[in-house]
Amino acid sequence: MPDKKDSTQRKKKPNAKKKHPLNRPEIIVTSCLFGLLFAVLIGYLGYFTATSEQEMLNNSYNSRQAILLSRNYRGTIYSADGDVLAQTALDGHQGETRVYPYANLFSHIVGYATKGRTGIESLANYYLINTSTSLSNKAANDVAGLKNPGDSVYTTLDVALQKTADEQLGIYKGAIVVTQVSTGKILAMVSHPNFDPNQIASAWDSIIADENSSVLLNRATHGQYPPGSTFKIVTALGYIRENPDTYDSYSFQCTGSFRSGESRIKCYHGTNHGQVDFVSSFAKSCNCSFANIGTSLSKETFGEILDDLLFNQPLPLTLSYKESSAIPTGGQSVSEVMQTSIGQGRTQMTPIHLNMITSAIAYGGVLMKPYVIDRVENDAGRVIKSYQPSSYGPLMTEEEAAELRELMTAVVEGGTAKKLSGLSYTAAGKTGSAEYNDQGDSHAWFTGFAPAQDPEICVTIIVEGAGSGGDYAVPIARRIFDAYFSREK
Amino acid sequence: MREYVTELSKFIIPALMAIYTLCSFACLFDKWGKKVAIYAFQAVFLFMIQLFLFADLALVNGDLEYVFFYAFVQVLLLAMAVMVPAIYDKANRLLLNNMCMLSGVGLCVISRLSFGRAVRQYIIMLLSLAVSLFIPWALSRIRFLKKLTWAYGILGIVMLGAVLIYSEVTYGAEISFTIGGVTFQPSEFVKILFLFFLAAALWDDTSFPRVAVTAAVAGAHVVILVLSKDLGSALIFFVGYVFVVFAATRNYLYLCAGALGGSGAAWGAYNLFAHVRNRVITWLDPWAYIDNEGFSITQSLFAIGSGSWFGMGLSKGNPGAIPFVEKDFIFSSVCEELGVAFGICVILVTLSCFLEMMKMAARIRDRFYQLIVYGIGIMYIFQIFLTVGGGTKLIPLTGVTLPFVSYGGSSVMTTMIMFFLIQGIYIRMQQEGEKHSAR
Repeated sequence: MPDKKDSTQRKKKPNAKKKHPLNRPEIIVTSCLFGLLFAVLIGYLGYFTATSEQEMLNNSYNSRQAILLSRNYRGTIYSADGDVLAQTALDGHQGETRVYPYANLFSHIVGYATKGRTGIESLANYYLINTSTSLSNKAANDVAGLKNPGDSVYTTLDVALQKTADEQLGIYKGAIVVTQVSTGKILAMVSHPNFDPNQIASAWDSIIADENSSVLLNRATHGQYPPGSTFKIVTALGYIRENPDTYDSYSFQCTGSFRSGESRIKCYHGTNHGQVDFVSSFAKSCNCSFANIGTSLSKETFGEILDDLLFNQPLPLTLSYKESSAIPTGGQSVSEVMQTSIGQGRTQMTPIHLNMITSAIAYGGVLMKPYVIDRVENDAGRVIKSYQPSSYGPLMTEEEAAELRELMTAVVEGGTAKKLSGLSYTAAGKTGSAEYNDQGDSHAWFTGFAPAQDPEICVTIIVEGAGSGGDYAVPIARRIFDAYFSREK
Repeated sequence: MREYVTELSKFIIPALMAIYTLCSFACLFDKWGKKVAIYAFQAVFLFMIQLFLFADLALVNGDLEYVFFYAFVQVLLLAMAVMVPAIYDKANRLLLNNMCMLSGVGLCVISRLSFGRAVRQYIIMLLSLAVSLFIPWALSRIRFLKKLTWAYGILGIVMLGAVLIYSEVTYGAEISFTIGGVTFQPSEFVKILFLFFLAAALWDDTSFPRVAVTAAVAGAHVVILVLSKDLGSALIFFVGYVFVVFAATRNYLYLCAGALGGSGAAWGAYNLFAHVRNRVITWLDPWAYIDNEGFSITQSLFAIGSGSWFGMGLSKGNPGAIPFVEKDFIFSSVCEELGVAFGICVILVTLSCFLEMMKMAARIRDRFYQLIVYGIGIMYIFQIFLTVGGGTKLIPLTGVTLPFVSYGGSSVMTTMIMFFLIQGIYIRMQQEGEKHSAR
């Protein structure tokens, strides 16, 4: 009512009233100050809500997961073709079992959801335990006393490729990563030894009790290996960048061993490569030549390359992983520099990281972020969220990538990966034989892509303790490429 | 049926609340002539929201006690929103409506957390309302309020000091004491005394010596509160003091001096007191201390994050996981079950209260009452900033209540008295305005 009077008074005697009833600058200033403060507060709260929901809900200290699971049963995980990789079986008496039809095949990448969570079970947990089923279903389930179905997750995984990779790795320990070059989709990810996620609850105690068991470790993302000769990709990139006009005229006389000061380095099995240029040094994986190249690089270039290739820093990956570590040549002795240049020494690298570098080389220097969840659907097939390929940006210039592709093609044509030549497709890659003890035992590495001219898939393989990459990893790559290209045609 | 109501109300309640909030801000503009209509409109929304909230609670819990409680709460809200304007026709309807909205939401959320406490809160609200109703009447009769300057200051210090000594003697860390089953938190009531002290001391004399003397008294309040580990109240008193001095002297230097002095004092307190350091450490990285000191703030973040924009639904979350949820973290529980969208509306409603108070203060010619209204506004809004900012980890946690919404008798009663003081001053101002124009 008072306002009504105010306004009528104003109408009668417009000049009798104060012209500016709010002419109190200090009060206006105060109002503005607190208005601003609250704008910040609300903005922050909105930002937190928009960005942190999943992170908050997935934290194991958050009791609300249990609440959601008491209302919804865990959703299904599918392969790219719609094969069930994990689903919750209901027995009609409130009993739920998580079933993994492929048992050991997807143990690490799909993961498990009892005894903690790993793999996609952890990555997509938020969607799996939330439901987007229709309101009428919810109401019907509520009346019937049933739980709602959690949302389903469609992955990028390819069952056939996963099977091939798994079979080829066989009884060896190791890991295989297969990605699609143009999108970053993870098509297969194998880690050996593996386990049966159906039995995880019963096998748990014995797995945990065995301190030497690394069954639960996803070697593809968490295995830190010496990169061996695959690291020559890095060293070669450093040389190209430091000598952009003259690297083509590089030449070196290999005698099977290389000496600099007190330190000495040998080629694999002491092989004498004779006169080599830049391309043949790489193709034949000549340690002596690369030790020579490595010692010629400035520490600034080396540090810059390691930075660009995401060493010693977080990777653009949503899956959990271990960072790779490499020490730039700066603080090292000559001997260490030589070792680092050929991928021995203190460098540690995960297979997924090497795969990312390789696929960037294959894709004109641009890294597509690897991802494994394609989309989330509700029980009726309505898409709740879909993930698009996204670029991290260039790891190197297009020219550098093109030069590295040439080097890697030479490895297949006349180098250590000759077993991949003469096939219906042309492959490119780099082998590695990473020594991990003083007896000269080595892990077999291969990382590469095919077709060499227009790369489609990128494969990275490590076989622990097998021997040379050319003998043990390259044949596996060939079977995976075969499987991929035979199906396409 | 049940699921339809609860799922749809997730969106209906915030939508109603958003319209209500818009109305609150519309009322702030003088150009809108037909405010009576807006106030009535607000009241309708207010009761609609109540209906949905309690319908949710009753349906999900399948418990009739919520239906009875709903009826009682509506009686209280009707008394506030309808009876008060009937008694005092010049009362400010926006503040009344907002008070009803916040109290109603508070009672609903507390009843979901602990029914017994909600009933206690209800009784305290009823009592507070009964007491507060006399304030506007008393204000128009009592003429000596301006003269009791030192009495206010001394009484305030004595009350705060008594609690400090009491807790020292009993080796407790309590900031309250209990007499006959009723717990008092004197720092709440002292807020009012403190504002009266400041207004009485500064309304006619803003010379430097006078400001210095008030600074000493205000400093004594703040130091006792810091020693009592009541950091939130200490900050509220400090900020209240700085702004009232600024408004009284209209000198920006005091505002700057306050900011500098406050920073210095905060730095000193950080170095002197372990409990202050603790708050800062758990603010910087609560995740590292998730098992002990950082537990409550991380649980609060879980609640807000899990609730997201539209909430998990009443009785469908787990706000009980947050320690002291019905006092210090009631806002997190609102966000968890009713959604952040609703939570933001709650913040905006309190902001509109503050802006309305500032508008009123600007119109009061009597410096004494102007400073009181202004001071109440500052203390009120800053307390909201502390509790919401603390619960969301924007600032370190200080452990203060969200006025009207949080459980806590002293807090509710004090805030209600403050609101009715403003009403009384507002009514008195209009009566004097009429006298002026009659002459």
